[in-house]
Amino acid sequence: MPEGQQPILELQGITKSFGGVEALRGVDFALLPGEIHGLVGENGAGKSTLMKIIAGVHTEFSGRVLIDGQATHFRSARDAHAAGIAMVHQELSVAPDLTVAENVFLGNQPTNRLGLVQWRRMAREAGEQLARFGIDVDPMSRLGDLPIGLQQLIEIARVLFSGARIVILDEPTSALSPPEVERLFVTLKRLREQGTAIVFISHFIEDILRVSDTVTVFRNGRKVAETASAATSKGALIEAMIGRGGEALEHSYTDDLMLPRPSDSSVVLKVDKLSLARSLQDVSFEARAGEVLGIYGFMGCGQQELSRILFGKLKPDAGTLAVDGTPKRFTSTAAARRAGVALVPESRRAMLFHQEPVYKNISISILDRISSLLLKPAQERDIAKHQIDQLQIRPPVVGLDLGMLSGGNQQKVALAKWLTYPPKLLVLCEPTRGMDVGAKNDVINIVRDLRAMGLAIIVLSTEPETVLSLADRILVLKRGAVVREFRNEPVSKDRLLEAA
Amino acid sequence: MVSSETAPATGQRARGLVPFLRSQMRNIAPFLTLIFLSGFFALASPSFATIDNLGNILTQVSVTGIIAVGLTFVILCAEIDLSIAGIANVTGIAVAYFTLQESYVNIPNIPLPGAAAILLAILLCAALGLVNALGLTVIGIPSFIMTLAMMQIAAGISALLVRGQIAYKVPDLITTLGSGAIGGIPWIVIVAAIMLLGGHLVLTYTRFGRYIYMVGGNREAAEYSGLNVKLILGAVMVISAVCSGIGGMLGVAHFGSAQQNEFDTYLLDSIAAVVVGGTSLFGGRGGIGNTIVGLFVLGVLNNGLDHVNIDSFLKILIRGVILLAALIINVYAQRLREKAAD
Repeated sequence: MPEGQQPILELQGITKSFGGVEALRGVDFALLPGEIHGLVGENGAGKSTLMKIIAGVHTEFSGRVLIDGQATHFRSARDAHAAGIAMVHQELSVAPDLTVAENVFLGNQPTNRLGLVQWRRMAREAGEQLARFGIDVDPMSRLGDLPIGLQQLIEIARVLFSGARIVILDEPTSALSPPEVERLFVTLKRLREQGTAIVFISHFIEDILRVSDTVTVFRNGRKVAETASAATSKGALIEAMIGRGGEALEHSYTDDLMLPRPSDSSVVLKVDKLSLARSLQDVSFEARAGEVLGIYGFMGCGQQELSRILFGKLKPDAGTLAVDGTPKRFTSTAAARRAGVALVPESRRAMLFHQEPVYKNISISILDRISSLLLKPAQERDIAKHQIDQLQIRPPVVGLDLGMLSGGNQQKVALAKWLTYPPKLLVLCEPTRGMDVGAKNDVINIVRDLRAMGLAIIVLSTEPETVLSLADRILVLKRGAVVREFRNEPVSKDRLLEAA
Repeated sequence: MVSSETAPATGQRARGLVPFLRSQMRNIAPFLTLIFLSGFFALASPSFATIDNLGNILTQVSVTGIIAVGLTFVILCAEIDLSIAGIANVTGIAVAYFTLQESYVNIPNIPLPGAAAILLAILLCAALGLVNALGLTVIGIPSFIMTLAMMQIAAGISALLVRGQIAYKVPDLITTLGSGAIGGIPWIVIVAAIMLLGGHLVLTYTRFGRYIYMVGGNREAAEYSGLNVKLILGAVMVISAVCSGIGGMLGVAHFGSAQQNEFDTYLLDSIAAVVVGGTSLFGGRGGIGNTIVGLFVLGVLNNGLDHVNIDSFLKILIRGVILLAALIINVYAQRLREKAAD
């Protein structure tokens, strides 16, 4: 990389806050033409926020943005696009019902003088572009019929070939298979030779080190390190990401935590060689009574699919699961519930009824235990009252519409649904995400009480702190496979990150 | 303890009269419409506000009311059933088909005892409802399309059974319930009232009724709560078909004949009654109480327009405009509630 080159993009003293919480504090950032710049940091460290400022998604912030040395202020994503900046967001944003060619040319299909789309030309050019990317598909096939990884590659291809001078890729590899990642890297390097500047965000530090020229580390909204990729290592980057003894407020799990000796209580759930399309490969484990099993992994590692299989919402392609030694094939979530499995999904909206009162939310999963035919509202209210007292749900009003409660209290209601008649196996997805410290502690205490009652509990999370604060035993899931088990040994945040 | 528990309650609930009325708009607006229409026709025509005419209105809405019971269940689940009129028609024809007709009726039918005819007719509509249910839940065809196909299928079976002819005789029990009266009250009104009451009790006081509201309110959450959503949706489609079938049998007795396309207007009337009454098209809100108000709004409108001197072709337009207004209120009320919940 030539020294003294003028940056194509420069950010100076960027500060951005959301409702009083600072997401970015005085960040400087420079991007050179023909550079691949890796960005690492934990969830919420500020990477995505900074990229959204560059891409014109966030328009309210303080600090200066310079493009080719000229001060600029984008008022919309369209402005940024016009300036040659394109971004691939973490969530897939394609039109599954359109053809591959239409997706490649989304928004700027080639047209003739009458304004009609030139289908043949579009198909030919899309095919050529994708071929350069090593993708061999019929440009006229429906995009939604292709595997997710291929869809993601096509979305990336669209952005890469849109002629943008600055390309931002947010977690582009999470749904890709290893050969697909290779193809992406080859293309990125070719674009770099043509002078395109690329920002590459990823949780996979090995990927960052392999493909990028420079790495910048974010922690708590600050840029804490910037170094040439060749001059650093995975361990050094992880250390910079999580800091040492910095955050006194909350337990930061940077020191080793000793996991207890594995319990020898009865096996409640046994999962054997579970596989699901591109999401899970031969996942096997067991969960025991009175034990919290943590399953940690990055976004898209297959956690969500795993939890849905356990609760009968998804059917695995292969593999078996057994509850209390009895093999089960759940045909519906109702069957899973009857077998003693309970799930609290990561989205509260997905499991609560916002327009219904709290007591109906709490009783819905146990109505068949309360009454066979006729409802018994008085008993439902008593049960709800008891749960509200137990879990300290505020305000303590059984008849209040659920939507009036705060997020943390809604999460407690989501737990309360399953507690009156405790299940054998409780599966919790991201049980403390987006909660303040107080609510988090409440949830942690509830889970510990449940463990003491002898439930088998599985906690799935993409946040190492959540898993570390709750689990007795930890599995690390990476691209759909179990890659490491921590048991009866010291574990810490960097050990977890290292394994993922 | 008591005071600390009730204080936040009043704090949360005492949000003033206006927000309360806004949140209840779904229930209030149809009622105001009913009062307004009744008042208007009472002033416009001396023959409208009489006991006799009230009896007329009740009789006129009875068949719609019976069909609308099942449809209310379906719409509460955020689904739709377009086959109600078709199933009503084919069930009415079937019950006549299995009854001995006068010699001048030229249909190659199969006369059976009355009870058997009724049983077969009920089985037929239940089976058609089951096909709807399987299409919706097992195959995954949207109810709008599935029941559209069933509408045609039912019409086809009707056509094959009567072959363009008209049948007149139905079993005695059906004749009595459809066109008889007891103590001056038509049996059909009593049947409609009993079915509406039954529907209300099921929705309000049973576990199944609660499940219907929850599935309609948030289907994903219902599934994540471990409810068998497909079973509930399937049951609702069968219930709708059976209600339509009963409405069809009594309707045939009420009109005195069974023939093709006899119930065509009942599709729109039943949907209109449910929706005008304020049951949410998005599911989870409303109920039989709303449907009853909706039935009266439609009944008063249809009946009242006959009492005032108005172009009979204009009547159709007026009905359309009233339906549109109700739909606007329906969607608007949903939005107000969502805002209140956020």
